[in-house]
Amino acid sequence: MTRNNRLKGGLINRDTSLNFTFDGNSYSGFEGDTLASALLANGVRLMGRSFKYHRPRGPLTAGSEEPNALVELRSGGRQEPNTRATVAELYDGLDAKSQNRWPSLERDVMAINDRFSNFLTAGFYYKTFMWPKAFWEKLYEPIIRKAAGLGSLTGEDDPDLYDKGFLHCDLLVIGAGPAGLAAALTAGRAGAQVILADEDFHLGGRLIAETGALTDISGADWVTQAQAELASMDNVRLMPRTTVFGAYDHGIYGAVERNADHLAVPTEGKPRQTVWRIYSKRALVATGAIERPIAFENNDRPGIMLAGAVRAYANRWAATPAQSVVVFANNDDAHQTARDLMAQGIKVPAIVDTRADAPDVEGTEVLKGAEIINTSGRLGLTSVQVQLAEGYTRDLYCEALAMSGGWNPNLGLTCHQRGRPIWNADIHAFVPGDGLPVGQIVAGAANGEMTTDAALKSGAAAAVSALDDLGIPATQAELPTAKDAPVSLSPFWHVKGAKRAWLDYQNDVTVKDVKLAHQENFISVEHLKRYTTLGMATDQGKTSNIGALAVMAELTGKSIPETGSTIFRPPYTPVSMGALAGRAVGRDFHPTRLTPSHKWAEEQDAVFVEVGNWMRAQWFPRKGEIHWRQSVDREVLQTRSSVGVCDVTTLGKIDVQGANAAAFLNKIYANGFAKLPVGKVRYGLMLREDGVAYDDGTAARLAEDHFVVTTTTANAVLVYRNMEFVRQCLCPEMDVQLISTTEAWAQYAVAGPNSRKLLQKIVDPEFDLSNEVFPFMACGEITVCGGLRARLFRISFSGELAYEIAVPTRYGDALMRKLMEAGEEFDAVPYGTEALGVMRIEKGHAAGNELNGTTSALNLGLGRMVSTKKDCIGNVLSRREGMNTPDALALVGLKPVDAKDAVPAGGHLMNKDGPIDAAHDQGYVTSAAYSPILNSSIGLGFVKGGFDRKGEHLRLVNPLEGQEVLVEIVSAHFVDPEGEKLRA
Amino acid sequence: MIINHPLLGPRDAQEFTYLGDATLINRPDWQSDNAAQAFHDYLYLRDNPAGEHRELWFHEQGDRSWLVVTRNTVTHEILSVEMARDVAKAAAAERSAQ
Amino acid sequence: MHKLKPITPLGGATRRQDTIGAVTITEVVDQALASVAARNGQAKAVQRALTDQIGLTLPDVGKAADAAPFATFWMGTEQWMVTAPYDSHELLAAELKQIVGDSASVVEQTDGWCRFDVAGAAVCDLFERMSNAPVRSMATGEAIRTTAEHLGVFLWRLADDRIAILGPRSSAGSLHHGLLAAAKSVA
Repeated sequence: MTRNNRLKGGLINRDTSLNFTFDGNSYSGFEGDTLASALLANGVRLMGRSFKYHRPRGPLTAGSEEPNALVELRSGGRQEPNTRATVAELYDGLDAKSQNRWPSLERDVMAINDRFSNFLTAGFYYKTFMWPKAFWEKLYEPIIRKAAGLGSLTGEDDPDLYDKGFLHCDLLVIGAGPAGLAAALTAGRAGAQVILADEDFHLGGRLIAETGALTDISGADWVTQAQAELASMDNVRLMPRTTVFGAYDHGIYGAVERNADHLAVPTEGKPRQTVWRIYSKRALVATGAIERPIAFENNDRPGIMLAGAVRAYANRWAATPAQSVVVFANNDDAHQTARDLMAQGIKVPAIVDTRADAPDVEGTEVLKGAEIINTSGRLGLTSVQVQLAEGYTRDLYCEALAMSGGWNPNLGLTCHQRGRPIWNADIHAFVPGDGLPVGQIVAGAANGEMTTDAALKSGAAAAVSALDDLGIPATQAELPTAKDAPVSLSPFWHVKGAKRAWLDYQNDVTVKDVKLAHQENFISVEHLKRYTTLGMATDQGKTSNIGALAVMAELTGKSIPETGSTIFRPPYTPVSMGALAGRAVGRDFHPTRLTPSHKWAEEQDAVFVEVGNWMRAQWFPRKGEIHWRQSVDREVLQTRSSVGVCDVTTLGKIDVQGANAAAFLNKIYANGFAKLPVGKVRYGLMLREDGVAYDDGTAARLAEDHFVVTTTTANAVLVYRNMEFVRQCLCPEMDVQLISTTEAWAQYAVAGPNSRKLLQKIVDPEFDLSNEVFPFMACGEITVCGGLRARLFRISFSGELAYEIAVPTRYGDALMRKLMEAGEEFDAVPYGTEALGVMRIEKGHAAGNELNGTTSALNLGLGRMVSTKKDCIGNVLSRREGMNTPDALALVGLKPVDAKDAVPAGGHLMNKDGPIDAAHDQGYVTSAAYSPILNSSIGLGFVKGGFDRKGEHLRLVNPLEGQEVLVEIVSAHFVDPEGEKLRA
Repeated sequence: MIINHPLLGPRDAQEFTYLGDATLINRPDWQSDNAAQAFHDYLYLRDNPAGEHRELWFHEQGDRSWLVVTRNTVTHEILSVEMARDVAKAAAAERSAQ
Repeated sequence: MHKLKPITPLGGATRRQDTIGAVTITEVVDQALASVAARNGQAKAVQRALTDQIGLTLPDVGKAADAAPFATFWMGTEQWMVTAPYDSHELLAAELKQIVGDSASVVEQTDGWCRFDVAGAAVCDLFERMSNAPVRSMATGEAIRTTAEHLGVFLWRLADDRIAILGPRSSAGSLHHGLLAAAKSVA
């Protein structure tokens, strides 16, 4: 039944015709059309089904406030549900589908809901699906989920790119209607940095939707002129297709720019959308006004639209929803719709005006003091029934109805920092009140200035005053003169006696639902909203909130402002998750850090593990090894019997210098550093102020006034932050300077009995590595491979004779190759984090699992390290009684009594006899591994009073999985408890 | 939020790490008679005002300075920003004058 | 002389250069870096030593300065980063320590960073997609420490159409990937 409803004129490019499909049917429109305008021009009014009752619906509006015409665009990974057809810019090949219907938009079986509307009232779900309780999860919820919801996703990955960015400006102008354009011209000419953003793809706002907004020039022509001038200014950034969706603290605004939504596929490498974080010194909200509907019986049929929208379709898009259109209004503004339509040859059988004193309109009949009391037409409007002032009724045949209950300032952005709108009795609408976001001003219709003339002037004046605040002199731009249409309006919200009169089209909330809410005492606005779902979903009640408030006010006998006002939260319109994620998706979710030996490790087919952002080699499989344990066991055995090399660059390194460097380390470490000689390294433990241990590492003294501190990989950032806190906030008098050098040095652990022999082949001969000259815990600056500067530390995490050697990072790759080459004669192996972990468990070194945020130095068996002779972070509170009880947890080793058993990490320990419950808990296992040296699974764990319980048997339990293993408490130092190897 | 750094001017709060109450600068004397009680109070007793609050922020993605920011926790208005090191020095000078 | 072969932050034998649209992104590997932090109360002494011996004026907050072949930018309170050509100043930190003596703490930073110089007319378009820094109002000779691609970086305006970005060396690949993506976005 396609019919040509295309009119003359409009801002569409008739030279570029665009083909598109809707529900599989092919149509054509023009460049400049939206999906909605093109469908209307093709005679299509039915575009969707309502959420709850599956009522047939067409577009209500011509903008982003649209509650009805929600469609799915595109297909596959690009499928986008719940897109408003009224703002979907038409492109060639656009493929759109209606939603929330089956099998077709015309015949939707779920429309049966409409027949049962008496049951499906507000609160229906709350009341009906209460019992039996067990039915909820298995029966009710799946059925409701299937029936509810609107569009769908395909589940395929979105193939498009999204981007983000940051902009700075003096004045952000939101909305490019008369107020916004006047402000941008004023500020632009004054030389200020200006951003002008509008959600539409065409600037102008109502100026391009009206025929006679300006007197001497057409609105569209003036917009073209203004746009050209603004585009020529370097200090002005024009951002059409950009929705400012949120006002945040201190002048920060969020905006989404739709770079490629008007293209079938974005240009290669270009984003579909960009989210901008805009830092503004001042922001002008010039977002215009939104027309409000009138509630009357069956006011939701396709073809029933807002009068301003009908006018916009006719004037801007040269499209009419029908050849015969009735107008229903309480104000003069809507009469212009009749005039504009008649000028295009559209029949206007009558204007139904609720006011007894409504003015006459040439060319049609004005039915004064009349109301529409019902409508007909199953899939589209066919007639309306009018209750005349004289008392009798009259049917008017028409296929569209243009209605208007007046206009509400579009003030969403003024509420984002809890600003409360106030009632303006002159225009019978809420206008922005106090509590605007810092730096925000409002002009034009958004501020209740409801004429073009007032909008232009207030926009220009607002820009002058904003720039004045910033010390930028400005004068108001010369503005065109506007015909100042005096809007006469008498409030009219709903036709009395209607049973099913829609207030909120998107959520199917009718006048009756508000009455029910009132009857059940859900009277406050907040309760009303939640009880009826009014104002939720994609339109956030832009067209519905005030109507419902008015009905509630009537029921409670209060005024509208006494009843309350609703405020808005970000986002102003929906923002896609993809846009918010930007480029940070998949592998780019966070940055990746690569170690200096990464390239080499890749060549060895290393298996990598993510540790924070680092990629570390976990183990290095060799040919024939089919299980990771084979590789790890081999790496451990080979290291302990000969030599292994491990990249430990990821440990944090902080350079500490200054006259008070040693005193500073004394402050941050629990143990003392003042007496550490130059050329020596010491293990150090850091406490939180509450006495809990949080990091450990080493500090090497390179000079009297120079240390290098290492931290664990995970805590590098935190330790640095805390050190700066101590330096700046607690010891500001100390002479100490800090800087991170983690990235500057490639550092390798060389461990095993042959480590010295291996290093001797690399370290330049003038440096003596003998045990006498370079003993355990020695450090020094050396050269390697014929002159490359390096640092050597004789420290050991594995318990073996071991060193850590550091060279400038750019030589890290070469040094690793050199070490492996020189190590060939010892069959040196590279080892990964797994072998590293096994060896440190065998040696009983605490790591992250043990430094778990609840354990003290005492728990770790390091209680004596906490010096009582000096002040350090955490030492006072570490001496608290509760942290020093005889049965305090103590770090011990655990070994299965039956060597075939495995020690499950995370398991809890219970006495050999007695109940297994929390009250009898003896401790827990923190780390476990298979030790190829001991041929047994081993573990580290905390046991109450454990230092004195060596040899005792405990049950290690995991009730979740029904595990129970008998273990023996042993020393945590499974390997070389006397430390002979590392001192060799 | 925007924090007006005393040296660098306005910077996005995203660059900062928040710590908490600025009284953390006033760490008690570890040798005083009531050290245990004083440290307990220092660490655990905090005001949580709905209104003006002096708090510590670290400019981690900036010049690495600790700042004392006086902020209204209700409106997010920032009333003053000082270098924590200066605040700490002044506090130390006041302590030694007593 | 040792024969160890260095690799660039991106893992290559030589620097990488990409031209996308109107911007060229060049991996910079020929500059040595060292941080100079004044000891307590010694800022004037550091300044004097550097001015006297190499003519370098340590810049004020947010600024950079140069005295060929040296250049420097402000990092933090009484702390600066100094750069010089790597070939002639590989031991830059030691060299500076000789000059400043006990008046400052000097730390080698050369391999702590990766540096990309981004040049071309669209350089600001690119960086406004990378960082919240107000790049358009940054004058030549200004440097700012901020974030880009979730990394702590320095942005250093070298000329109207040229900005250097220094980021952590281990994340050079991620940073470079972000620069390429942003360059394509604005191409």
